[in-house]
Amino acid sequence: MAQIEIKNVAKRFGSYQALHDINLTIQDQEFMVLLGASGCGKTTLLRIIAGLETATVGEVSIGGRRVDHLAPKDRGIAMVFQNYAVFPHLTVFENIGFGLRMKKLPNDEVKGRVERTAELMHIEQLLKRYSGELSGGQRQRVAVARALAMEPDVILMDEPLSNLDALLRMEMRAELKGVLAESNTTAIYVTHDQVEAMSMADRISVMHQGEIVQAASPIEVYRNPAAEFVAGFIGNPPMNFLPAAPAGEGKWSVAGQVMDGPSSGKPLKFAIRPEDMRPADEGLTATAKVVEPLGAHLLITCEVQGSMFRAVLDSDMSVKPGDQLTLAPQPDRMRWFDPDTTLAVA
Amino acid sequence: MNARLLPYVLILPVTLFLCLFFLYPFLLVSKQAFSTGAGFTLDNFREVTGYWKFPITMRNTLLLAAAVVPIQLALALLMATMVNKMKKGRDLVLYVWTIPLGISDLAAGIIWLAIFDQSGFLNSMMNGLGLVDKPVNLLTFQNPGIVFLAIMLAEIWRATAIMLVILVAGIGLIPKEYYEAAEVFGASPWKRFLRITLPLLRPSLQTALVLRVILAFEIFAVVAALGGTLFPVLMGETYAYQFDLLNSGAAAALALIILAISIAFTLIILRVLRVPKGATI
Repeated sequence: MAQIEIKNVAKRFGSYQALHDINLTIQDQEFMVLLGASGCGKTTLLRIIAGLETATVGEVSIGGRRVDHLAPKDRGIAMVFQNYAVFPHLTVFENIGFGLRMKKLPNDEVKGRVERTAELMHIEQLLKRYSGELSGGQRQRVAVARALAMEPDVILMDEPLSNLDALLRMEMRAELKGVLAESNTTAIYVTHDQVEAMSMADRISVMHQGEIVQAASPIEVYRNPAAEFVAGFIGNPPMNFLPAAPAGEGKWSVAGQVMDGPSSGKPLKFAIRPEDMRPADEGLTATAKVVEPLGAHLLITCEVQGSMFRAVLDSDMSVKPGDQLTLAPQPDRMRWFDPDTTLAVA
Repeated sequence: MNARLLPYVLILPVTLFLCLFFLYPFLLVSKQAFSTGAGFTLDNFREVTGYWKFPITMRNTLLLAAAVVPIQLALALLMATMVNKMKKGRDLVLYVWTIPLGISDLAAGIIWLAIFDQSGFLNSMMNGLGLVDKPVNLLTFQNPGIVFLAIMLAEIWRATAIMLVILVAGIGLIPKEYYEAAEVFGASPWKRFLRITLPLLRPSLQTALVLRVILAFEIFAVVAALGGTLFPVLMGETYAYQFDLLNSGAAAALALIILAISIAFTLIILRVLRVPKGATI
């Protein structure tokens, strides 16, 4: 059992507050992704869990045991680094076996475990090579194998795929997800790539300016963003926002169109995903500016009352720049945000 | 300018300089070493190696190098590790530690002579503490151990910094991530030093050791200042052949012997500390 509990963790570097009061529980064997733009504190949080950084305040527990005073090696974790950190002076075999050697395991056990994990990562033919003789993707596999060979309770990954090219990244994504699911470890995975986060995670913690804005399943984060930041960060293209003025109890005027919404006394922001817009007889009036055919869909960037607005429509539609469109939002997909707190309003 | 030729043109001045002031004199010295006026001969080598002092000077030189270089290596590694751990004042410490590098070896010898001399600081101190009632002459033929120790100390004080600066630069090149990975995978600070720092430092260790070992075989001024004739070394003998005995053929032969030893040790160091192909940072 390796549930991870992070309680009131904050980190300050001099006068810079990198993390504010983080609270997060990661279930045993859960695949948790920390997602955010660079500088949001996700790597700092990971390094605090690893023990490479100490929290200014707060507690970290792994498997019910306080670990914040323990050295990284005593926390039952293994880590995959962004630049792999595959030791250049050791062969692939010795790299994978590094942690096992440090544990002073007998030779034949080291050999057995190294060979098993190498096979799992499909690098058994590379065991005698040095890292200088490996490609980026192979080094990545060595780094993952080195972590798996430790049979850790928790595996921490810091942007492990960010240095790979797009095709390889897609391949490794699926493979890594499969391997980790089989290994029964709890995984924390840091990335700035939302596609990676969506496709791999059991749960995503979206981080922004040193805080966790939302921690939920990928589909929940996508469908019901807890804050404007999440709505604008997740999804490609992201959610559209338009100002909404009160027009009676539960009624809102958005770009001249009256819609049903939550009851609130002050102006809100209306938000909708581009793919949740449909051409209709009645709806928002939009002027198409740029039309991008994407094969399956048409991505249309248009203007709605002076605001930029994107819609993803069926590729059968014929739309030219300058065309006037009438687009209706799918009612159950409409979301509302409070412009002051930036939080979602139900 | 033709791009293929440009590199050669650029290294031409330094090549000419080296040919004129190093290669040409070297050839002259070699010629001198292998001739006594009439054709090729090994007489000069027979003369210097047959002389009764040769085994002593050879032994002294090797002994001194064997005593000094490992201590310097250990010290330089320790100091370089400390400097790299420092967050503030690192440059200042480094400057202070490298001051002895700016002092000529003869001056360094004289500084240590001022300590060990009969009227030196060490005697004054011992006298002041009441350990001795009259000044003692430490650097005499009755105390070969103290003479050796004094030379060792002076050499360590004078020439450790040359290794230090090379190692500091080398350690700085090792990415921090390797240490973090090693830490996560269970390596203690000592294990990290042994398993990460030392192997990744091999190129710098090569340079530092080659440089230092060659200089150790060329030791002369410090020994002359502190030991005089009490502790004869190869380079001192070469000097004596050339300027006291006016036998430049023998001096040239001895100089070539020192060169041969230096080359042999350089090859050993390069071999022992070689980095396998593909295993560089």
